[in-house]
Amino acid sequence: MNFMASTQPENRLLGPQSDSQRTLYPYVTGTSVVALKYKDGILMAADMGGSYGSTLRYKSVERMKPIGKHSLLGASGEISDFQEILRYLDELILYDNMWDDGNSLGPKEVHNYLTRVMYNRRNKFNPLWNSLVLGGVKNGQKYLGMVNMIGVNFEDNHVATGFGNHLARPILRQEWHENLSFEDGVRLLEKCMRVLLYRDRSAVNKLQVDVFLKMAPNQIYSLAKLLWSLT
Amino acid sequence: MSSIGTGYDLSVTTFSPDGRVFQIEYAAKAVDNSGTVIGIKCKDGIVMGVEKLITSKMMLPGSNRRIHSVHRHSGMAVAGLAADGRQIVARAKSEATNYESVYGEAIPIKELAQRVASYVHLCTLYWWLRPFGCGVILGGYDRDGPQLYMVEPSGISYRYFGAAIGKGKQAAKTEIEKLKLSEMTCREGVIEVAKIIYKVHDEAKDKAFELEMSWVCDESKQQHQKVPDDLLEEAKVAARAALEEMDAD
Repeated sequence: MNFMASTQPENRLLGPQSDSQRTLYPYVTGTSVVALKYKDGILMAADMGGSYGSTLRYKSVERMKPIGKHSLLGASGEISDFQEILRYLDELILYDNMWDDGNSLGPKEVHNYLTRVMYNRRNKFNPLWNSLVLGGVKNGQKYLGMVNMIGVNFEDNHVATGFGNHLARPILRQEWHENLSFEDGVRLLEKCMRVLLYRDRSAVNKLQVDVFLKMAPNQIYSLAKLLWSLT
Repeated sequence: MSSIGTGYDLSVTTFSPDGRVFQIEYAAKAVDNSGTVIGIKCKDGIVMGVEKLITSKMMLPGSNRRIHSVHRHSGMAVAGLAADGRQIVARAKSEATNYESVYGEAIPIKELAQRVASYVHLCTLYWWLRPFGCGVILGGYDRDGPQLYMVEPSGISYRYFGAAIGKGKQAAKTEIEKLKLSEMTCREGVIEVAKIIYKVHDEAKDKAFELEMSWVCDESKQQHQKVPDDLLEEAKVAARAALEEMDAD
């Protein structure tokens, strides 16, 4: 056995410049995002909080953004990584627009791109610390998918991230059905967000709710950011 | 202007005794052989139009795009060797996205024109590179308003309110000078550009051509895009009518 102190890093997989370049912990994080398909499109909700550890530090963080003409991206997890993802997507959509050929990237394509990005980063042990919800409508087809920091991705009629998976999805499994009306969808989302506000310590009482409409594909409508007081 | 530069025209790194670089001038001739490209600056934006000469009846209409978007707010119309043009457009796109990722705002058109001109000029400095055989009309809308630049194969770039390159450039320039550009909106500009292109098209030498037009203006929300189909049709109809009127005289 060699008793001399090793000058090489213990784990050769990481290489010489390992730790300072890898994501180890998230710093400013967003909590759950909940989304569901309804009759005319997609409904997505997320609160506007950015937590710094256990402090609810930022109260006006927009965790949902429209991507291109057809999709909405909602993120939980590290906010700075979400901003970086938005930059990648911005460039992707820009190059797509520059073709100027009447075609544009739809939600399925964007979801696939994000999955590739997340999975490849995870394989380099430097993940983007997010769980992403990607929903949208293209050519009348609704699409709702999720991808997280280890690259797991799937598509479903209703998705949630983080605590939403434990608190909101059981509600959605019970009460979701095809062809929900807009009002019913919003009511269902509000119910989920209310439960999250009660039980998730990092939830904040200011919401962002976005709608993606089948009929008017260029319209993303931001419902008034509801301010509830804790009853 | 055509003089034989015997002996001094073999390399782009050789000056002739009267101070000319012949290779660059020959490159400009390649531009003069292509279909006319026009750009005008109207009061609320830029309109660019290209006379795309159709070399084969088998070509699909709408293919062979000559006007490319360089960023959201700017576009380039290319005349001359198409493959060279593609290279310049790719470089301009890359400069534009690079500027935005460093400075956080869309590249000012003046800056973009300077960078493209530098790149074109670069290829006139080395004996192992040939000059680009294409001229470019660059139009965009930034916070200083709409701007139009033209870059020649020599690497010169100037700002214009009306520019033309290609076969019919002399005739086109004369026509542009007749227009009152400062009072024209882009909608009207589109019709005028179509009329000019139809007018300078030489029916005898070249058979068919396809008209391609783009604009960046307040109406397109300062985004560079193809002129909408209905307006394009309207422009073509007006242009054909104007031609017939002229022939009838």
